[in-house]
Amino acid sequence: MMEAISGFWAQYGDILLDGLADTGVMVGVSTVFAYLLGLPLGVLLVVTRPDGITPNRWVNRIIGWIINIGRSIPFLILMVAIMGFTELIVGTKIGVRGAIVPLVVSAAPFIARMVETSLTEVDAGVVEAAQSMGATPWQIVWKVYLPEAKPSLILGASISIITILAYTAIAGAVGSGGLGDLALRYGYQRDVPSMLWTTVVLIVVIVQIIQTVFSWLARKLDKRLR
Amino acid sequence: MGQPIIEIQDVSKTFGAGGGAVHALEHVSLTVERGEIFGIIGLSGAGKSTLVRCMNLLERPTEGRVIVDGRELTALRKQELRQARRSIGMIFQSFNLLMQRTALDNVTFPLELVGVSRDEARKKGRQLLETVGLGDRADAYPAQLSGGQKQRVAIARALATDPAVLLCDEATSALDPTTTLSILELLKELNRKLGVTVVIITHEMKVVERICHSVAILSGGVVAEQGRVEDIFTNPRTEIGRQLVYPDGVRLDELMASRVVRIAFTGGSSYEPLIASLVMDCGVKVNILGADTRDIDGKAFGTMLLGLPEDPAEAARAVKYLQSQPNLTVEEVPQK
Repeated sequence: MMEAISGFWAQYGDILLDGLADTGVMVGVSTVFAYLLGLPLGVLLVVTRPDGITPNRWVNRIIGWIINIGRSIPFLILMVAIMGFTELIVGTKIGVRGAIVPLVVSAAPFIARMVETSLTEVDAGVVEAAQSMGATPWQIVWKVYLPEAKPSLILGASISIITILAYTAIAGAVGSGGLGDLALRYGYQRDVPSMLWTTVVLIVVIVQIIQTVFSWLARKLDKRLR
Repeated sequence: MGQPIIEIQDVSKTFGAGGGAVHALEHVSLTVERGEIFGIIGLSGAGKSTLVRCMNLLERPTEGRVIVDGRELTALRKQELRQARRSIGMIFQSFNLLMQRTALDNVTFPLELVGVSRDEARKKGRQLLETVGLGDRADAYPAQLSGGQKQRVAIARALATDPAVLLCDEATSALDPTTTLSILELLKELNRKLGVTVVIITHEMKVVERICHSVAILSGGVVAEQGRVEDIFTNPRTEIGRQLVYPDGVRLDELMASRVVRIAFTGGSSYEPLIASLVMDCGVKVNILGADTRDIDGKAFGTMLLGLPEDPAEAARAVKYLQSQPNLTVEEVPQK
């Protein structure tokens, strides 16, 4: 048994570590950029609502439409559909870099909705209190909405990151690199089931770690739970 | 009388439009004077919350003008309105504290908004927490505080920018009776010490009689009565006024007398000698149907319902006698 494991590791260890690193880079970079897009969109969705702090029906509708369109296209199809755009941005359609663009495009609308939900949970009375003190909309976003929603935003981030992780596995289908790519190439195309199952176990472990860490962080930072 | 600080001029507020429109306020006018504690009382749905929210334009009136501290809020642009709101503090029924900030950081919040330096803000914040009796709870989060303590933090926060006016929207309705009293005492003290004008929205007459100088009774979106608290108490002129002053509702149709008068004592006199002398001097027997005393701003006020005799001549004699007494108001209670 030990021999089999060390033999497997000798043969595939480096490949697995590379795959792990690729997945890490794809998830990390995509998450950062997806939040850079999705967070402001989510905030805009909340503040421009009819009962928001700066109501604007058209901005609200247009952002809503864009997000719904983005969310209704399956990731695999979106990836293929925007390949030209991807090449324009990062200079390649494949590999880790090629996967990041569709990951961001696909995750940003999802994140915008997650952020919207988190901010909606903030007590309207607290927002009103800030308005009664003469706070500007900008101040309300930075000093009320975001800090008050922090625990919820962190929990939302864990869901977003795990979703992006799942997308990176799909991206393996077009040779993005990473664990999903390994599972397909070795487990499916070359018929090495141990490789398939190892990547599956790795992904499960990563998801568990992300969920545990973020849940702990959200609880720790939530001052309502003292 | 003092000078006005809040003027509500012919304010109407309608929510929605067409057949489903709700007229929350209809042509309301009232004046709050600088330095007083002004109560706005009404049953739920009377429009009192809408009215107080019109005083800092959290709710924009559909019609009419709102003038606070010399500025016509209804004519200001957004930026000017935000500026003006800094001199109008507000506290709420549900406290509305920032849950992720400590008590001290809640109090410094409005100072942060106007760019006061952190050190200065914290110094002022600590003083204010001291003033509201929470000097030792500066680092506690709202979740660690009781309802009364939360409202104290909210009061300290509302006073951070030294406002001329403090609006209280059902500020004690979520609190138990003992805590309510302590919050009311605090508001009274702040009014006296800082000279801040206080406007209190409430559905409880207790609150008004405890600390208010003037009161407006709101009913169905209109002002039914307004005036000095002692005047309204001794002589409520409207049905809604009587309902609020006598919440247990002496049901006149159940009383056995044909004519009923309400007398109110405005001085130090007591009932017994009056009734006794009425009986002896006039030879008229009256029936005491109900009596009540209230402490309004340190002065004792008593009211009594008297059933007069059937005989019109005797009844008239009794009324005449009562009217001749000092420190007494007499009002015939209309019967159905």
